[in-house]
Amino acid sequence: MCSGRIDLEFILRAFANGHDGVFIGGCKLNECNYVTQGNYDALGNTLLCRKIMAYIGLNPERLKIEFMNASDGIKLAESINAFSESVNELGPLGQGEGEKEEGLKFKLDAVRKLVPYLRLVERERLRMPVKSEEAYRKFFASPEMDRLFNELVANKMAMSQIMMLLREKPLSTGEIASTLGLSPSEVAKHINVSSMHGLVRYDVAQNNYAIA
Amino acid sequence: MEYPDQFNQEINSNKAVHIFFSQAIPLVAYIDESCLYLKEKKCLICESVCQAGAIDLHQEPEKIELNVGAIILSLGLEPFDPKVKDEYGYGRLQNVVTSMDYERLLSSTGPYAGQVLRASDKKHPQKIAWIQCIGSRRVTPGDNSYCSAVCCTYTQKQVILTKDHEAEAECTVFHNDIRSYGKDFERYFQRADNLSGTRFIRSYASIVGEDPETKNVIVKYATADQGVKVEEFDMVVLSVGLTPPKNVDKLAETFGIELNSHNFCKNNLINPIETTRPGVFVSGTFVGPTDIPESVFSASGAGAQCGQLLDRRRGKLTKERIYPPEKDVANEEPRIGVFVCHCGANIGSVVNVPSVVEYALTLPNVVYAQEQLFSCATNSAMQITDMTKEKGLNRVIIAACSPRTLEPLFRDTLQEAGINKYYCEMANIREHNSWVHSKEKEDATEKAKDIVRMSVARAYHLEPLQEFDLPVNKTALVVGGGIAGMTCALSIANQGHTVCLVEKEKELGGAARRIHYTLEGLDVQAYLRDLIRTVYQHQSIHVYHDASILDASGYVGNFITKVKSDKGISDIKHGAVVLATGAEEYKPTEYLYGEDDKVITQVELEEKIVNDDEKLLASENLVMIQCVGCRNEDRNYCARICCGHAIKNALKLKEKKPEMDIYVLFRDMRTYGYAEDYYREASNKDVKFIRWEPETRPKVQAVEEGGKPVIRVAVTDPVLGQEIAIDADSLVLSAAVIPSATTKEVANLFKVTLNPDEFFKEAHAKLKPVEFATDGVYLCGLAQYPKRITESISQAYGAAGRVLTLLSHDTVVASGAICEVMEDACVSCGACITACTYGAIEFVDTAKGRKAWVNPVLCKGDGVCNTKCPTGAITLKHFTDDELLSQIDAAMPGL
Repeated sequence: MCSGRIDLEFILRAFANGHDGVFIGGCKLNECNYVTQGNYDALGNTLLCRKIMAYIGLNPERLKIEFMNASDGIKLAESINAFSESVNELGPLGQGEGEKEEGLKFKLDAVRKLVPYLRLVERERLRMPVKSEEAYRKFFASPEMDRLFNELVANKMAMSQIMMLLREKPLSTGEIASTLGLSPSEVAKHINVSSMHGLVRYDVAQNNYAIA
Repeated sequence: MEYPDQFNQEINSNKAVHIFFSQAIPLVAYIDESCLYLKEKKCLICESVCQAGAIDLHQEPEKIELNVGAIILSLGLEPFDPKVKDEYGYGRLQNVVTSMDYERLLSSTGPYAGQVLRASDKKHPQKIAWIQCIGSRRVTPGDNSYCSAVCCTYTQKQVILTKDHEAEAECTVFHNDIRSYGKDFERYFQRADNLSGTRFIRSYASIVGEDPETKNVIVKYATADQGVKVEEFDMVVLSVGLTPPKNVDKLAETFGIELNSHNFCKNNLINPIETTRPGVFVSGTFVGPTDIPESVFSASGAGAQCGQLLDRRRGKLTKERIYPPEKDVANEEPRIGVFVCHCGANIGSVVNVPSVVEYALTLPNVVYAQEQLFSCATNSAMQITDMTKEKGLNRVIIAACSPRTLEPLFRDTLQEAGINKYYCEMANIREHNSWVHSKEKEDATEKAKDIVRMSVARAYHLEPLQEFDLPVNKTALVVGGGIAGMTCALSIANQGHTVCLVEKEKELGGAARRIHYTLEGLDVQAYLRDLIRTVYQHQSIHVYHDASILDASGYVGNFITKVKSDKGISDIKHGAVVLATGAEEYKPTEYLYGEDDKVITQVELEEKIVNDDEKLLASENLVMIQCVGCRNEDRNYCARICCGHAIKNALKLKEKKPEMDIYVLFRDMRTYGYAEDYYREASNKDVKFIRWEPETRPKVQAVEEGGKPVIRVAVTDPVLGQEIAIDADSLVLSAAVIPSATTKEVANLFKVTLNPDEFFKEAHAKLKPVEFATDGVYLCGLAQYPKRITESISQAYGAAGRVLTLLSHDTVVASGAICEVMEDACVSCGACITACTYGAIEFVDTAKGRKAWVNPVLCKGDGVCNTKCPTGAITLKHFTDDELLSQIDAAMPGL
């Protein structure tokens, strides 16, 4: 198994389970054990996941990837020590960020529902042609990436969360907005799209929205 | 009664009845010659207390006669004994140890369980010095003239391990040249050198005595900038060289072979694995001082040469392993057994093993758990099989070491019990736990429980997998018709297989076509002519000239390679392939090369020497510059052979024109092994050696001096601290050896990897030096790394040996841990197909439409496709989502 087998779901599941940090170790870049260079996929997934974490209010420093070879025992120990220390400084998951446990769990569940979609997005829009760590890091830190992220991921996440809320009970735009910390106009925009797709319906009598 | 423990360099003591060392095979106790009964007919206590009645003190030596067709001598070496010279202080000063002693001190199975302690006060030394070249590179009586070839790098390893043990330790190495000539050794040296608190000091060092109070060792040395200095060290390690095995004269007589002047095996330059007696072969360090990779490939090469001799009898003595029929337990409720290994003291001294066993028994579906001293020992492995049968286990967890080495063994124990081997799971509580947490025993025990809990969770979901047999095509393809490729092709052909040898040029010979003689005096062209003729005459070798490879497909045992050559376009079907694509001489861009015809490379010089080039022989001053194009930022490696090359040409020039002044400007002379003798000879013949530092590279300019154009070479001599200018009539550049232009292309075609310097990357630098991680693909010669001709030959035989291991079988087994598509979930998006660089996935038409399909023989089980599939339709067996997620969930206790 290659580090490229590390799925977004694995990482998100660990956080949803309450782990305070996730460390991924892969072979040295450009020294692939196979011929796949799947460690670049692991890097891409990690960088994407860090963006998602930042979006849902989790400190992205809780996720780290390091590349090393089999003889780098000392480096592994040092990296893990340094990582443990930095995670300890961040404090328990959510607490360090001032997020409530329930809210965090809700957001993580919403993201986990998007994993199949995120795989498509990665393939269609986020895949890097150049295999270099620098290029990957640069791309994921670029304004272009921010734009793509907002366009492709952030909107979907908002919708995913709205749908999860409505699955529990019908709510008004204002209620949704305050629960999710979004502006009412943003919520209205998503609701409009969702009702166009026939996913939600407006209950005139109750002045709220429910799952269609 | 206690006696010095011989395995641990007699640092600690042991009983006469003991286990030789913790990984010994077989792992059983024996009685050594210190036994009171054997010496004085006293005692006999052990016999009476052994309930198994296993001790028989009355055994007599037996003589056994064996009829064999060939003999391989792997007699090994003896570390140099510094006691022969009082000046080393060994045995006289308590805190002077040899590198072998130190090796044991560092080892977790060593005399102090991995603690480095001084003999005088059992304290941890903080300030340690290594003195290099003990017993080597010296012509004084008692020492050896050759370079022992391995000490520079083993010392660097010891420095790195010391810093790992004790981060604050100060490590000082007193050295002559740093001979990091092995593959990736230059980077290794840099790693050691860059550690804080380490010093590499280029100086002879002598031990002048010890402080009577502290027993610290006093060392005197001199540096160019600070003059003579005296410094105290807590401990001094003597980096001892390698010497021939004990009683080598007697052994040589017994086997009827000759020894060389250094008392190692006398061997044939064009077949270093042969002794002077036909049918008797040699491998390992008995050939002379050698590192592990060379030892390993000479061993495999010796196997190949025995194969050439005895091929008709191959397989006559082998017995097929028969396993009991596999029980179908897939529908049974999981019954998990957990075996927790002490690994001697490796795990047991840190982790509380009995409490891990107790904990395991509380986990769901665990029906049995026990501890074992060494799970890998034959008797323990049998115990696993027996308990699996007795307790009706259908999942087995071995909580021990990394699965990398021993998983096949433990899988075997399950097969012996009639359980599918993929029901075996290893929990790594050694490398991932006890070795790194030796100072946090309680936490380490808790972590071991966590790891075991995660393994139990995963084991619950394990599925039985089927491996399958693939037929093996008996033909081999060898890519590259140089010395390595031809030697390898001949050896394979001589063992009864057809070989297709493809060469990109019109003629065979490769890089050796430009080499005329070796340091030892081999006439390379005569040898090459002979070799080429033998290849052409061999009826089982088909040579393709002017060849290029258009495509390579298939897999182990069943490759198809499309070759365009003088024979047109051919599809060659073969079971194995050897890549021997060679290397080239770097074309310098520095030191006026290409601008001034007085500047040439070593290979060009050799050409001129054999042609008695008048202009060359008219030179009064000739300068050679070493390390041109390597050991720099562009190429961070040592090209290994250039120092020997320079010495060889310098000696030849001195032979032709003794009055010529020859200067060799070097960084470290890396004439490892016997080549050291030639370095000394050159020095004695007044070849002048001037060292330079990378910060002050030699500077060259073309000038006119006394009406004659010369190349003025300026170099700063670090000993004199002054710049010297030499007006050279010829400037010879020892240009690096670089991978041949086709290496990358060939690597892509055969899906094998390159190292950072773009030489082929073998599967394991030490243990698998002639094979790739890709099954059925092997390598030899310069394409792996620069090496001497004899080393290439030895490696070529080594590759042939490994190829035969494959081709002599009718089938190979393919792993069961590969991907599979669940057709119902597949939406034919092709995401997995684009992710698979092995080309293992393709669309096929099914009753349900077009679906992705995994070719099980091409899939190598990396699983990257799994993370691309939007519907989760593709699964890597043995690493399924269920298996991995259950492990992730179990990582959180109480979830």
